Amino acid sequence: MEFMQLLLSGLANGCVYGLVALGFVLIYKATEAVNFAQGDFMMLGAFVMLGLVNPQYMGMNFWLAVPIALLIMGALGYLLDLTVLRHMFGQNQTAIVILTIALGFVIRFVTGAIWGHEPVNLHSPLALGDIRAFGVVLSLADIAVIIVTVIMTMLLWQFFQRTKLGLAMQAASQNQMAAYYMGIPVKRVQGAVWALAGMVACVAGILYASKGSLDISAGFIGIKAFAAAVIGGFGSLPGALMGGLIVGVIEPFAARYLPPGYSQIAPYALLILVLIFRPHGLFAQVRTKKV
Amino acid sequence: MSLLELNNVTLKFGGVTAVNDLTMSVEEGQVYALVGPNGAGKSTVFNMISRFYRPAAGSITFDGHDLLKLKSHEVPQLGIARTFQNIELFDRATVLQNLLVGRHRLRRTTLVEEMFFVGRARAQEREHRLAVEEVIDFLDLQPYRNQMIAGLPYGVRKVVELARALSTKPRLLLLDEPASGLSVEETQDMRWWIDDIRRQMGITVLMVEHDMGLVSKVCDRVLALDGGKKLAEGTPAEVQSHPKVIEAYLGTGAISKTANAKGERV
Repeated sequence: MEFMQLLLSGLANGCVYGLVALGFVLIYKATEAVNFAQGDFMMLGAFVMLGLVNPQYMGMNFWLAVPIALLIMGALGYLLDLTVLRHMFGQNQTAIVILTIALGFVIRFVTGAIWGHEPVNLHSPLALGDIRAFGVVLSLADIAVIIVTVIMTMLLWQFFQRTKLGLAMQAASQNQMAAYYMGIPVKRVQGAVWALAGMVACVAGILYASKGSLDISAGFIGIKAFAAAVIGGFGSLPGALMGGLIVGVIEPFAARYLPPGYSQIAPYALLILVLIFRPHGLFAQVRTKKV
Repeated sequence: MSLLELNNVTLKFGGVTAVNDLTMSVEEGQVYALVGPNGAGKSTVFNMISRFYRPAAGSITFDGHDLLKLKSHEVPQLGIARTFQNIELFDRATVLQNLLVGRHRLRRTTLVEEMFFVGRARAQEREHRLAVEEVIDFLDLQPYRNQMIAGLPYGVRKVVELARALSTKPRLLLLDEPASGLSVEETQDMRWWIDDIRRQMGITVLMVEHDMGLVSKVCDRVLALDGGKKLAEGTPAEVQSHPKVIEAYLGTGAISKTANAKGERV
């Protein structure tokens, strides 16, 4: 029973990591850039939701606020691409990395300036109550996180396999030149990827804030999510999610069975092992060397 | 009115004039070749038609549409498809997937229909798959249908690229060196395919090609370029025997020597 308890709460945490990792991979696949502000996107998404829902701000109905928050974060992602990142086209990778790190700082401090630096709680209907079954205690939020992540993953899967836009995103990520000749507006499609990454981050943020308190440093979860994305194999969507789950599950087990302090290190120790033994990640799609 | 018209087109890269006051027209149903030594501006012409370069002067129209008003992703919408000298495929996808991307411009469904595979999405998917299978049959790609591009031999990839261009249902097909890097047998196949593309599918072809043997067999009309300028235009035989063309390929001294060998391969 203890095992189940650790596993389930680990999975719930892992889902949030996984969703942030998905954001990393989405942008990396489409634009070959790593968005180090993805964790801060998630934090901002949570605060946007908080601004809409909490009584001291707009006091909106939670379920009404979800699509609005998604739209705001989607628009923000698109605008960021349009105003900043599109102009970095053809620049050195390092420049883009530094830029997104700086973006993370900007998002963090703007958020602090608007919503304050103290920890706050999102008024979420998911944050109430526990469920006890078979000797396992799970908060409603944990269950919601797992269910929403499963649904999100299935929707994203459908989106990339079936839709014109999703297929265009895949095509543009593999060969921009060829994509243009198939009639795909590559730059607009890349903007749409940023919008999608913003929306995924928003979902992750809402779930994160439903599980506990929120402050502007919540974005540092992005570091763990980045590790998760690398473990899963950067560039693979299911890999990112699996990486997130693995990191999420390792933490509670390491906290329970290893000496104190090791649970903080465990995800990164795994990251190093993966980099040594399977440098393309556990679930990499391409294992041949890219020339 | 011709299908494709270039009027007094000039393009400069810094101080270099890549294309100089070029006028040409391709009629519907023709197979038209651009020939000339390396750096003559042949691929540059392709890149202007597909709107990657904007000419400094002149106009380009396709079926009455001003191409210079369009963005590069809008050009395929008019029915212009292209292959590349260096093959530009989606390497981490299968042959079939590459061809299906070719159908992109013909998809007319909404996101929700596609997502849940309802309504028009079903019927259209069937239609796209059928169209792609026809192209696969036409170019004998059946054995490779589900193989990744990354592992395929060069000659096959070249055919896949042609297949993808045909999947877009073009009216005008731009082929950038369709025979380069191909074996003698593969070049033979390419020749029959180009013939069939014109005869059976009714697609107009504009190609850049060095292999004069292929050009003289499949093309109705040839334009020779050198240094961005038109040297000669006419039937393959006319262009090959044109003194300026011989001079551009072989140097001035060659004219007298080849004068006897008119109509032979350059």
